[in-house]
Amino acid sequence: MKHEIVEKNVGLLAVLILVVISFGGLAEVVPLFFQKQTTEPVEGLEPLSALELEGRDIYRREGCVGCHSQMVRPFRAETERYGHYNVAGEQVYEHNFLWGSKRTGPDLARVGGRYSDDWHRAHLYNPRDVVPESVMPAYPWLFENTLDGDATPQKMRTLRQLGVPYTDEDIANATDDVRGTQEITALVAYLQQLGTVLEGTR
Amino acid sequence: MSNLWGDSLSGFWSAWIIIITLGTIALSVWILLANRRTDKTPDADGNVETTGHAADGIEEYDNPLPKWWFQLFVITVIFALVYLVLYPGLGNYAGIFGWSQEGQWEEEVAQAEERFTPIFAQYQEVPIPELAEDPEAMQVAERIYQNNCAVCHGSNAQGGYGFPNLTDDDWLYGGEPENILTTLNNGRNGLMPSWQQLGQENIENLTQYVLSLSNEEHDEAQAEQGESTFMAVCAACHGPSGTGNTALGAPNLTDNTWLYLAPGQEVGDSIRQTLRNGRNGHMPAQAAYIGEERVHLVAAYVYSLRLAD
Repeated sequence: MKHEIVEKNVGLLAVLILVVISFGGLAEVVPLFFQKQTTEPVEGLEPLSALELEGRDIYRREGCVGCHSQMVRPFRAETERYGHYNVAGEQVYEHNFLWGSKRTGPDLARVGGRYSDDWHRAHLYNPRDVVPESVMPAYPWLFENTLDGDATPQKMRTLRQLGVPYTDEDIANATDDVRGTQEITALVAYLQQLGTVLEGTR
Repeated sequence: MSNLWGDSLSGFWSAWIIIITLGTIALSVWILLANRRTDKTPDADGNVETTGHAADGIEEYDNPLPKWWFQLFVITVIFALVYLVLYPGLGNYAGIFGWSQEGQWEEEVAQAEERFTPIFAQYQEVPIPELAEDPEAMQVAERIYQNNCAVCHGSNAQGGYGFPNLTDDDWLYGGEPENILTTLNNGRNGLMPSWQQLGQENIENLTQYVLSLSNEEHDEAQAEQGESTFMAVCAACHGPSGTGNTALGAPNLTDNTWLYLAPGQEVGDSIRQTLRNGRNGHMPAQAAYIGEERVHLVAAYVYSLRLAD
């Protein structure tokens, strides 16, 4: 074999490296783009409302994903505590995914409905007020900031281009739906719908 | 729920995966063998073959791969092939073991059910007051409480602002076993409407009257004026004497227990706030989360807190 040819032609070397490392992706990733299980929404899945969508962006802005995963794996220890494991069809409207990879706090994939709105508000204002041993930061500014909703329609249009079925009506009403709302309200609305689409998932 | 995982691939993609996977292995084997040299005997002049690389006069011998190293490569290939026969990896082929991640999960859950179901079933037979005296059951129950209830009601069950204290003998919806069970299984929605429309003066008078009910410091004259409004507006739920109604979850106003008293807040301010803005207490239903067997144990735990008091 002529090592030399490969070793002395950087272009050829790069192409061959790309060929080699693409095998894994071609076999493990590409078929998922065409598999129903990963591309079709589960029954009853709706796109996030304008308010929930803004809440999701606050969730991203505040870096919640750094300490909270949204991925219940199929292990008994996890399903016992958090509820049914995640399935791909619940997440087809997620851009980007907020699965996370670190659990300083608990998983939030199925936190929706588990606590009351008041609890979430008290907890986000100062986690120590309701959970004395908590190490979570407080987010008091969410109670002071309000949403103007100027960017909401654009966000929804972008998501629609990515395949989220927002209607023209959704987009037209988006700004009015969120304008003047406290950020905390949006975030709690987002949290309260997490993982609630599948029935009988606890 | 298992059908959510169960979708198989179409034939094309299954074949695609099989071809790429086996093709990669075949390619690796080919590269390994094609580059294999076994001969390292020096030539007639005693020179060993070099790769031709030279730097500062140092040349690199072109020796064959050490045998053990070559064999490691062969072993990994064999391992991969055996793995692909036993476990799913080749498209829709499920492997001899028929392993799947949801199958493993179901097995784990079934094992746990088999172990724990009889224990919970046994506890469910026991009436709550009796169960509350069983120290072993209460140890189990406390774990369930800590995992599911403590975030709102506190690890010591003494509640907090807006979250009822479970260790006192003041019950919004009644403290009998069947009341506790209903609360836990189905949840509760406490709704105190806003009375903003009564006007500033009436709200102030009512506040003073409610303060007088539990002998808090109050303005006598205003309280007297508030009494008639109380009878007209508040007595329907809280009762004419203000002792509340557990059927509605209307709190007793005479016992000096204040669910919505923020830390450091004056009682009067809290009452004013309640009258102006209303309150909405929400206890999420637990049966759906932890199942009725565990709810039964937690109910006994909550009941036991009362006994301890």
